[in-house]
Order: sequence, then C-alpha cells, then structure tokens
Amino acid sequence: MTLRDLINKLLGRETASANTARERLQLVLAHDRVDMSSLTTDLLDKMRKEILDVVAKYVEIDFEEVAVSLETEDRMTALVANLPIKRTLTGEIELKKNEDAQKKK
Amino acid sequence: MSKNTRTILICSGKGGVGKTTLTANLGIALANSGASTAVLDADFGLRNLDLLLGLENRIIYTAQDVLDKNCRLDQALVRHKKEPNLALLPAGDPRMLDWMKPEDMKQISKLLSEKFDYVLVDCPAGVEDGFKNALSACKEAIVVTNPELSAVRDADRVIGILNTSDIKPIQLVINRVRPNMMANQEMLSIEDVQSILSLPLLGIVLEDEQVIISTNRGEPLTLSESKSPAKKCYLNVSQRLIGKDIPIIDPKNEGKSLKDKFMRLMQTKIF
Repeated sequence: MTLRDLINKLLGRETASANTARERLQLVLAHDRVDMSSLTTDLLDKMRKEILDVVAKYVEIDFEEVAVSLETEDRMTALVANLPIKRTLTGEIELKKNEDAQKKK
Repeated sequence: MSKNTRTILICSGKGGVGKTTLTANLGIALANSGASTAVLDADFGLRNLDLLLGLENRIIYTAQDVLDKNCRLDQALVRHKKEPNLALLPAGDPRMLDWMKPEDMKQISKLLSEKFDYVLVDCPAGVEDGFKNALSACKEAIVVTNPELSAVRDADRVIGILNTSDIKPIQLVINRVRPNMMANQEMLSIEDVQSILSLPLLGIVLEDEQVIISTNRGEPLTLSESKSPAKKCYLNVSQRLIGKDIPIIDPKNEGKSLKDKFMRLMQTKIF
C-alpha cells in the first residue's frame, strides 16, 4: 500500500485506477494464456481417455481418483495428470504412491 | 556475405501503439550511429513507414518486384537523403493483398542481411498471417506496448506466439508513458507492465506532442535538432539496443515541478 492509497482509504475515496487496471489485467491474462480455443474441454477429455488407456496397459489405476487438468504458472501451461496406481499388472507389489505424469503444452 | 546482421521484428499485436514510429526513429538513430540500417515495412496492406520517414514520394519498386525480378534490390531500396546509412524497403504495394508467404519474407530478409548491419521489420498489427510472415524473417524481436489494458493484453498474445518460435531475445519497449499519471497511480506503472509481460525491458518512450508534429513533417524526431523528451527516449533505446550499458530513462525523474515531487512522495510504499 502506498501513502496515496492510505489517504484515499481514510477519506473513503476510490483507489487509484492503476490498481484496478492491474487486477483486471491479471485476471483476463490468466484466461487468455490458457488459450481454450486450442485446447477445448472435448479435446482434454479425449486426451484424458487416451492417456488412461496407455497407462492402464501397464498398471492398474484407481479410476475414481484420476485427475487431469491444466495448470498455468508464469507463461507456461502444464498438463498435470494425477493417476493413483493400485498395483502393477506384472508384479504383486502394492503401490501406494501416486505417479505424476507431466507434459508441457 | 554472412555479415552478423541483426534482423529485428518490431511488433505489438494492437495497432496504434507506436510500432511504426519506433521503427522510423530507431532506424534513423542506428544509421546515425554509423550502422548501415534497413527498415522493412512488412505491413504491405496498410503501409505507413514511408510517410513517417518522409519517403512516400520516392517509392518506385517494392520487395515484391525484387522477388519477381522486375528490379534489383538496389533499385527498390529508398535511401534517406539526410541519413544515407538508412534505407527503406516497402514489402509490397497496398493494392496487392495476400501475396506474401513466409518463404518470401525469408528471402527478402536474407537479401537485406547481405547488405546491412541492422534490419528493422515493421510488423502489421494483429496476430494473423501478416504477423507470422514478418516473424519468419526475423531473429530477434522488440514488443511495443502502451501502459493500457488493451495494449498489454494484445502484447501478451504476441509474446505467447513469439515464445513458441526461435526468436530471441524478445525485449520490451513501453511507449506513450505519462510520468504524471503514473505518479498519480492512474496509469499502469513500468514495473506493472514489465512484471505482467515478464520480458526484459529495453526502454520506455515518454508521451510527447513532438511525435505528432514530427510525423506531420515526415521527419523522425531522432533526425531533428529538438530536445524533446521522446527523442531522448528513442536515442536511449537505440543505444541500449546496440549494447551500450546505459540506464533506462526513469519516468520518476522526468517530472521536475513541485507537484511532481509531491506526487512521488505519495507513491512511497508504506507497507
């Protein structure tokens, strides 16, 4: 907070418009950067299914707990897949840990 | 042959933020510092660089004529009379649309890089074919923006595309900066814009009526004797571009009146 913000607050005036601009910009850019036009929900669903099919060939997945999503940080959008493995299909060992498959967009 | 030419895309996404003015002024400033410089107007649909440089009556051929072998490159280049180190090449004629492909632009930029130290490519607004054509001809980029929502948003789109190409470095110029409004916090600050776009800052250009006057005359500010604030900024940007280690002009130091000083005090972060 700046000196000016404080005075504005005390006087019950509106905050300076640069703050509003910054906040609005950050919101709109968060949307823009994900670029939903190139990766629609349909496509994401399709991709999720295919990834699961491949992984399910090798390990048994807990389908209830599967989560595939897009996460944006800085300028990079990442596809984050959380696929809890119940057991490997070849072995008998119970696997409790999760496997994070990360792919960069 | 194989000069170490720097081919620089000057782009913004949004129109009217000052790409062409920056291209003209940087072109003159670079040429004036002794580097042979070409400015290529890649906006062949709506070309304006010739007007800003006062060369509109001297264009006979375009880059397209060079590619079609209607003329030699030398014939299409328009040398500036007051600054012979600078030459303008319009990409095409306003009457011809949709003729150019990325390969054509690459070809032109290759031809230019055999002759010049610097090639500045004035990019059309938008993120469509015109932009992508211009982009394919360049090795580095300068993104121009204003401290305004719409300009920053469009710049962000452009940076997103640039980041997926081989172009680097990508540097930022913030144009039409009003120190008083920034001090009043009624305009996005330099730090705001830079941190949102996360690009290295090449420089800033102050809002200045002289820019309009110089455009009316077809004489870029960097060519004139004036001591205008914008001219000082353009020179600063060009010096930093050629690698001089000088500080960016700080808008906080530009307002000199008592009121400006008071406004600066109000900007102090207290917590």
